[in-house]
Amino acid sequence: MTEGIDWIARSGARAKGRRPAFFEEPALDRLYSLTLALAAELSATRERLDTVERLLAAGGSLNREDIENFAPDRAAGDERGEATRAYSARIMRGFQQEVEAMEQPDPPIMDWVEKLSVS
Amino acid sequence: MKQDLPPPYTALTRHPMMPRTSHDEAARFNFLTLFNRYVSGTLGAGNKLAYETRVLPAFRAEHGRDPEHRYEIRDAMNRDPFHRMWSALKRNSMEMRHMNGRQTVLRQLDELDAQARQFNEHSGLLELDASIAQPVYQTCVDIHCQPGGYHTEERPGDVTVGANYDVGLFATVGGALGALNDGGGQALVAWAKANKPDWQPERILDIGCTVGHNAVPIAQGFPDAEVIAIDTAGPTLRYAAARAAGLGVKNIKFVQANGEDLSRYPDNHFDWVQTTMFLHELSATAMPNILREAHRVLKPGGLILHVEQPQYGPDMPLFEQFMRDWDAFNNNEPFWSAMHGVELEDVMADCGFSHAEQFVVGVRAVVDPTIFPPSPEGEAEDYGRAAVWNAYGAWKAAPAQELAA
Ligand SMILES: C[S@@+](CC[C@H](N)C(=O)[O-])C[C@H]1O[C@@H](n2cnc3c(N)ncnc32)[C@H](O)[C@@H]1O
Repeated sequence: MTEGIDWIARSGARAKGRRPAFFEEPALDRLYSLTLALAAELSATRERLDTVERLLAAGGSLNREDIENFAPDRAAGDERGEATRAYSARIMRGFQQEVEAMEQPDPPIMDWVEKLSVS
Repeated sequence: MKQDLPPPYTALTRHPMMPRTSHDEAARFNFLTLFNRYVSGTLGAGNKLAYETRVLPAFRAEHGRDPEHRYEIRDAMNRDPFHRMWSALKRNSMEMRHMNGRQTVLRQLDELDAQARQFNEHSGLLELDASIAQPVYQTCVDIHCQPGGYHTEERPGDVTVGANYDVGLFATVGGALGALNDGGGQALVAWAKANKPDWQPERILDIGCTVGHNAVPIAQGFPDAEVIAIDTAGPTLRYAAARAAGLGVKNIKFVQANGEDLSRYPDNHFDWVQTTMFLHELSATAMPNILREAHRVLKPGGLILHVEQPQYGPDMPLFEQFMRDWDAFNNNEPFWSAMHGVELEDVMADCGFSHAEQFVVGVRAVVDPTIFPPSPEGEAEDYGRAAVWNAYGAWKAAPAQELAA
């Protein structure tokens, strides 16, 4: 590892320039950062699992270097890309459905409750 | 290849200076690449919906008129809950790119620095000048949230910022720039050869070259030319020169210099002066200074070309201007908005390139289509980042001939 530099501490250096507050509540801004970082980590873990499975399926044994150097061919790259896209779609569902709701807005459910209650 | 999928990170060419990514470092970039596409495409559509269905009606109700400037739209949209969430996602994605890039680079910095030193000692491609001051528009904030900007060292003589720029760009542009991130430069070479087939430029100047992504393909495309690539940022140039040497390019020199003062070069010296995605990172004072210097050092008959995202202009809807402006306020690009708002043709005219000499052409990244799908456009475009640009150019006219008596 790098001499004379705490590479982990330095990798988190912030960019100079005041960060916009996107929400009134600062904790929400922090929660977005946390949640998205976790989402990326889980995605990387899933991709690693896919690599392990492919290596095992192809050769029946594993070594670290093969995992680190794994470069999918085109078909495997597409399969993994599609899997990551589907994963993103799952974790982003709430946001995506909000867009859909703006596209096709619904009245409050109470409107229907009332309408269907009278004969 | 599926047209709508970016290639995996491992499709990038591992040139000798490219930091090695571990499995998971590459996988994080893969996630960010797809995530960025999702945010600009699927979720990006929500901005317009929010605008049309509630932000604009509320604005009209309050003011009795439509917005007259993109800044009015921004003020209103910045209060909209959907736009806030969308912006938070986009900002975090950029920060995560840099975190992952910096972890990749910093853990192997000893090897990268040693490798760069070796290339730079032997190649003769690097000319640093410690007396070059960093302009305030480079130091006031770290542009596009890149910690340390282009100019800061982690330790004397290091290549961190250049290496981080190179390793992470793929995720931001969705892989649309090709295996060496040089699709823009390749497009310029193709354009020049198609438009002036017999042209043999001898000296080419690239101002604000960064790591040479687009200067190197010009040197490769015109192997008989000498390319001078300048930048104010020493640490970035160190990486750039080593990268070019690693790619085996010999007809390029990376020189630390400020484009506002090109006094080291005589008048009428270059056949081609190029800037790529550069003008928007300056200031309203620096841009004309640089354009004037560019005019001075350009030979009559020579070519000047500025590749940028499209200027706003009166024909661009205000909502699109607002979307394209996002980076100015949320991604540390403080000159972006003003630069894209001016009539660039008029600025160029004030700096010596008459309107009659000027032209504008569309440029699209040239990439290997078997590996790299085209950049999304239209509704799905990641405004400000798509690999589809305008080139604002001019052929400098020869001075009027004296009439023979
Ligand atoms: C967005 S980058 C340009 C990207 C690059 N042209 C490419 O094609 O990959 C802007 C670069 O301009 C440099 N720069 C800013 N002001 C400058 C100046 N006055 N003279 C020379 N370089 C400058 C910065 O250090 C930075 O590397």
